[in-house]
Amino acid sequence: MTLLSVEELSVTFTGRDGGRRGPGTDAVCGVSFTVAEGEVAGLVGESGCGKSVTSLALMGLLPRRGVRVGGRAVFRHSGPDPVDLLSLPPAALRDLRGRQLAMIFQDPLSSLNPVVPIGVQVTEVLTRHRGLRGRAARAEAAHLLERGGIPDPTRRLKEYPHQLSGGMRQRALIAMAVACAPRLLIADEPTTALDVTIQAQILELLRELVDDQGTALLMITHDLGVVAGICDSVHVLYAGKVVEAAGRRALFAAPAHPYAHGLLGSVPRLDAPRGERLHPVRGSINDRLSWPDGCAFAPRCDRYTLECLDATPELTALPGATGGHLVRCVHPVGNEGSAAADTPTEREASA
Amino acid sequence: MSLLELDDVKVHFPVRRGLLFDRVVGYVHAVDGVSLTVEAGRTYGLVGESGCGKTTLGRAVLRLTDITSGRVLFDGTDLAALPGEAMRRARRRLQMIFQDPLGSLDPRQNIESALTEGMAAHGLGDGRAGRRARIRDVLERVGLPAGALSRYPHEFSGGQRQRIGIARALVLEPDLIICDEPVSALDVSVQAQVLNLLEELQDSLGLTYVVIAHDLAVVRHISDRVGVMYLGGLVEEADSDTLYAEPRHPYTRALMSAVPVPDPDLEDNRERILLRGDLPSPASPPAGCRFHTRCPWRQPERCDTERPELTDIGGGHRVACHYAAGIADGTVRPTTELAPRVLRDVPPPREAAEPARETMTDG
Amino acid sequence: MTIRTEKLDRLAELTARRDTTTGAGLWTEALRRLRGSKMALTGAAVITVFVVIAVVGPWLAPHDPTAQTWRDEVFVNRALFVGPRSGNWLGLDHLGRDQFSRLLVGARHTLLVGVVSTLIGLVAGALVGGVSGAALAFGGRAGRGLDTVLMRGVDMLLALPSLLLAVSVAAVMGQSLTTVMIAVGVVQIPVFARLLRGSMLAQAHADYVLAARALGVRRRRVVLAHVLPNSLGPVIVQTTLALATAIIEAAALSYLGLGNPDAAQPEWGVMLAQAERFFVPEDLLDQASLMAVCPALGIIVTALGFTLLGEALREALDPKLRG
Repeated sequence: MTLLSVEELSVTFTGRDGGRRGPGTDAVCGVSFTVAEGEVAGLVGESGCGKSVTSLALMGLLPRRGVRVGGRAVFRHSGPDPVDLLSLPPAALRDLRGRQLAMIFQDPLSSLNPVVPIGVQVTEVLTRHRGLRGRAARAEAAHLLERGGIPDPTRRLKEYPHQLSGGMRQRALIAMAVACAPRLLIADEPTTALDVTIQAQILELLRELVDDQGTALLMITHDLGVVAGICDSVHVLYAGKVVEAAGRRALFAAPAHPYAHGLLGSVPRLDAPRGERLHPVRGSINDRLSWPDGCAFAPRCDRYTLECLDATPELTALPGATGGHLVRCVHPVGNEGSAAADTPTEREASA
Repeated sequence: MSLLELDDVKVHFPVRRGLLFDRVVGYVHAVDGVSLTVEAGRTYGLVGESGCGKTTLGRAVLRLTDITSGRVLFDGTDLAALPGEAMRRARRRLQMIFQDPLGSLDPRQNIESALTEGMAAHGLGDGRAGRRARIRDVLERVGLPAGALSRYPHEFSGGQRQRIGIARALVLEPDLIICDEPVSALDVSVQAQVLNLLEELQDSLGLTYVVIAHDLAVVRHISDRVGVMYLGGLVEEADSDTLYAEPRHPYTRALMSAVPVPDPDLEDNRERILLRGDLPSPASPPAGCRFHTRCPWRQPERCDTERPELTDIGGGHRVACHYAAGIADGTVRPTTELAPRVLRDVPPPREAAEPARETMTDG
Repeated sequence: MTIRTEKLDRLAELTARRDTTTGAGLWTEALRRLRGSKMALTGAAVITVFVVIAVVGPWLAPHDPTAQTWRDEVFVNRALFVGPRSGNWLGLDHLGRDQFSRLLVGARHTLLVGVVSTLIGLVAGALVGGVSGAALAFGGRAGRGLDTVLMRGVDMLLALPSLLLAVSVAAVMGQSLTTVMIAVGVVQIPVFARLLRGSMLAQAHADYVLAARALGVRRRRVVLAHVLPNSLGPVIVQTTLALATAIIEAAALSYLGLGNPDAAQPEWGVMLAQAERFFVPEDLLDQASLMAVCPALGIIVTALGFTLLGEALREALDPKLRG
């Protein structure tokens, strides 16, 4: 059953930002996706693609001034009627956050209060959302930490965030996030700051949560390896729009958007034979068009033709693919027939 | 021919405490006896997790941190014994590329000044015009426009900044470049550009690299020989392909199994060794084998008390584990107490049928 | 077709490297940001007016500020003062001198005290802090020793309450305007020293310093060309803020009677001190109160001007806010 359905989410930063004046920057422009119960959905992209802004918008954590949020995010909470997270009054949203919606961040140290012991921070959540107090709250907190894989939890409860290692802190945060068995957990780059052996532990923990509790997980990451390991469905973001969406097997087997294709070609693989050259995407995120002018990726794309500049490409089903493989591209990779029919730009320009 | 040879290099940082005057109360054993050889024209990869001392080791080679003991032989001279001014001059041949491309450039210095500074320090290039010509040549090599010269670091993208960092090292025509996490701060698509550039430069200029990184896939991609570090020491060293095909040290195996691969089939079916717990503090490293506190194959007595030497098991494959052979042929089994979840028992995740529109499961 | 070619041109333009833009340094950027800040503009305006008054005040003053021209019109014993009138726009003070002229001329002394004492603090503090920071960061064992000695000295200065320190200096050196400047300046030394040292230490650990050393740049050049210039931002901000406190502290010392022994010379702090005993809290617009209110307002507005500019500078120089 669909738990969260995001429709045409857009986030625009207006006003002056760091001295820049302008009509506003579109961080996210029309992102749609759904997350089902017990599903792990991945938002993938590089810095500046809008993936973190999307998560903050869903949690209502964007600053109110200078930000314009549009679209809908229908969340089926445990109550009778689904609610739109984007138009919910702050008090109601606060109530939902922590109990039904939880989030973990990239940097566990800055998400914890440095001067309050871990135990107090965990019990606080339990008191606020589950009404537990005193000894019962402490016992439950210890239980949660233990389930998060923290050894000797009763001792850890008395410690301060700086006394824990990075992995422990992330575990503590996850313990806090799942304290009330939320229906949806948003994880924003949860393992980026951690070492790979610790990352493996955390990913395993998240996987267990999803399998045991049926929690839906929205995984935001730049790491394609992490996506391949944990996500059921993948949404690749570029310049604030979903450019490709597919089940993970379909995506990794045959990425259709040139950007997704390029990303996969850029990652050095542990199992690739040595000496094989990588195939990077040229340029950087700064070289992009604005979507109304055509495909934002065109300046970095090897396959672009004039059709790419006609209008914003639509997110459509990939021709010939089975089931829900969507791509926003005029000349998807692996669909050479139609691409060859068009004259490449260089030739046309020189003619 | 070996260009760089480290012989039992140790770097210990004093821990100071004191109210009025600082007293040394202990030492952090950041690098604790590393010996390795880097062949000329090749790439040596040092891999390990944060806190293993790989960055300190890289800086110790350039004497950017003081070496406590050991020898650093560069082309026959022991850098560790050089007096200050001679070491400064020696740095022309040994250069470094840093992790944070923005942080390693002076924000108040434009690119031209950043690139000439090294030449001025070593008295290279004849006059202003000569230096300018050299800079332009190097800029072209790293793929930056000549117009970049008058601009400042904050006006470039991450990948371009790293190119500037590479250019800064290249203008001195070094023999060896130490690349400390050269791509970990960059976006994936840009990472590949920089890695390719490093490889091209090696091919055309005959450079020798020491690449330090936490990402095993990056290190394996670029290196001819790889050393795995754990808590200040090398635990395994082999040619890149050998190490990947036959990792012998339990830590290498765990590390390798933890690196995610962008391939769902591989991810679902591969052996996974989850390590328990965290890295012990390098201020009080465990006795015996440094890895025994987290090792799934830990054996009683010997592992806790005797520190294993890095020994050659054939073909230049060196391992620091008492039971490497036994683990490889299966006679030494994982001990129950810390038994790893070796094979992943989770059923492969369901395929989402239509991720962006309707969904399949009914609650 | 033309639309297409236009779009193609645009694409080419975007794809081509933008070589034409010339680089803008950090200070240029900071200035650009300052120009857009209301806070900075207000502060700068206040300071400009103040400095102009301080420089040309004596020529603008309609009367001699020290001459007790209207001595016979003021009766202090009977609390009879002369308020604003056509020749004396701000009335007369308790000795029958023109209040407006005194205020104009007094600005000069106030500025002099503020600038000179801040300069004393800045130069001495930066010297101590700079040597200390450089020694600790690059001087090895001997450097650490030098730093410890210097910083313990500074700590002792810092431990004394600033006004008490100033009073002690004044007591030792006797009563004069120079005393006030030195006293206020000495108080600033530990602040500047600590600030520059801390800032330099932070910069010394930055990657670009390591990079410069790895390039083989000499230590002296690393300190002078990289560490020091990058450490100056907070010191410059502190200088503007210190100017504000210096003016207030100089006024306080004058008020306590430690300033210029020639009490006839107008200075805002002295004026405030002299007017204090006539002050009527119930009616601020009464001439008796006005004698105190005018110099007090002068001090407050000027100090505020420097503070505003300092805060705006702090924001403009903050690398985190750089676009």
